[in-house]
Amino acid sequence: MTNVISEIKKDFIYNLLLKGERADGRTFDQYREISIQRDVIRKAEGSALVKLGSSQVLVGVKMQPGEPFPDSPNRGVIITNAELVPLASPSFEPGPPNEVGIELARLVDRGVRESKAVDLEALCIVPGKQVWIVFIDVHILDDCGNILDAASLGAISALLCTKVPASKFGLGEDYILPIRDLPIATSAIEFNDVLMFDPGVDEEAIANTKLTIISTIEGNICGTQKSGTGMLKPEQVYRIIDIACEKAKEIREKFLEA
Amino acid sequence: MDETDITFFKDGLRLDGRRADQLRPVKIEVGVLARADGSCYIEMGGNKVIAAVYGPREVHPRHLQEVSRAIVRYRYNMASFSVEERKRPGPDRRSYELSKVSREALEPVILTSFFPRSVIDVFVEVLQADAGTRTAGINAAAVALADAGIPMKSMISSCAAGKVADTIVLDPMKEEDNFGQADLPIAMTPNGDITLMQMDGGLTPDEFRRAVEMAMKGARDIYEIQRQALVNKYSQLTDPGHVEAVVQ
Repeated sequence: MTNVISEIKKDFIYNLLLKGERADGRTFDQYREISIQRDVIRKAEGSALVKLGSSQVLVGVKMQPGEPFPDSPNRGVIITNAELVPLASPSFEPGPPNEVGIELARLVDRGVRESKAVDLEALCIVPGKQVWIVFIDVHILDDCGNILDAASLGAISALLCTKVPASKFGLGEDYILPIRDLPIATSAIEFNDVLMFDPGVDEEAIANTKLTIISTIEGNICGTQKSGTGMLKPEQVYRIIDIACEKAKEIREKFLEA
Repeated sequence: MDETDITFFKDGLRLDGRRADQLRPVKIEVGVLARADGSCYIEMGGNKVIAAVYGPREVHPRHLQEVSRAIVRYRYNMASFSVEERKRPGPDRRSYELSKVSREALEPVILTSFFPRSVIDVFVEVLQADAGTRTAGINAAAVALADAGIPMKSMISSCAAGKVADTIVLDPMKEEDNFGQADLPIAMTPNGDITLMQMDGGLTPDEFRRAVEMAMKGARDIYEIQRQALVNKYSQLTDPGHVEAVVQ
């Protein structure tokens, strides 16, 4: 939403919207083409390159033994980080993560954590002393809009092919990290009471409200976040939830359960 | 400790004796800081939060200036002693996120176009935390903005709903937040336009809807308290003797 967009482009998108159309010919609830390549980084325990239209996000998972948190001595730890590296967009700058990057990482984390996709208790090695720490690192490579949904999809895809590197640390045989849920984030922007899913970068620039819904296999909601400086009516929220859960189901069946 | 170890309801009432749809006591005081342009102190249950507004004033650093409107900055900060285990002072990732969403909860009602090239700074300090600090902070900040005389389209009121022992509850307290099943904070205008919505945990779409409705009801009640707090302060000022004193 910090992208500079010319008034002409804005008018163009707005006028299309009044006719019920989008610049790339999609319907309002249609996602761009999705592709997921898993295990693209050999050095990582798990990885996935997600393309959502032209947006590209690479997620790598690394694991190592470490100390548990004092308040959860027999649980593994998940640490999610996101890098909005400057090669991905003219509006990204080098340096420590800004609030956009932090929010993105925390939302990816929320999906994995709140859906209980990773069985943290199974990651305990010695209670109170040693547990597995799972680092989920999100690298945005090309921001053509809706990088949050792509990052979230990348995280769960990478986790699905993560091998726990036990032998490297003398802790027995390597094994596949068990995954119990498949959280999917779906985001929509609101503009003039039109709800547009999977917004492109120009669409994100005209709207000032976005709602993200993260849903589980069961069709329950495990996380939401409104961002941007606009407002939403409760009815709009409920409409987004209904469509979001449907979309999430489609994406999950097509790309994760296969 | 696990969520199963706690009994959240006794005779249909919660750990602190509230009904499922009842708010904790709320106390709001307007204009508690002398240096700030506007300020507010709020207690929501065990939360003690103070908010200050400075501005509109010049933007530093200057490259942040916007030619057509004021920018709004919001800093949510927790005192190190506000929680059970001492919190390391300074911003962490959580407070960055909360600052962002809280700012975005207030910005929709602030008439920023009245003050091009300036900044409206909102500072929120959590002095004592007891679940619901972001909602308390937003409630205090909205009142402090009004106290600072910042033109706004409406008030913003914020409240959370949660789920404990498969029941939707209003305004979760610490135990319910820590060991409950979901937390859904919202902020809204008195008209019911939602400006903040976050959720974590697990809710079915139907529970989600009920939680939103319950949180909105809570926010409406808080709006009345905010309004009354402002009326209490400013009705005194309309007393002619007092106005004269202020003018002198």
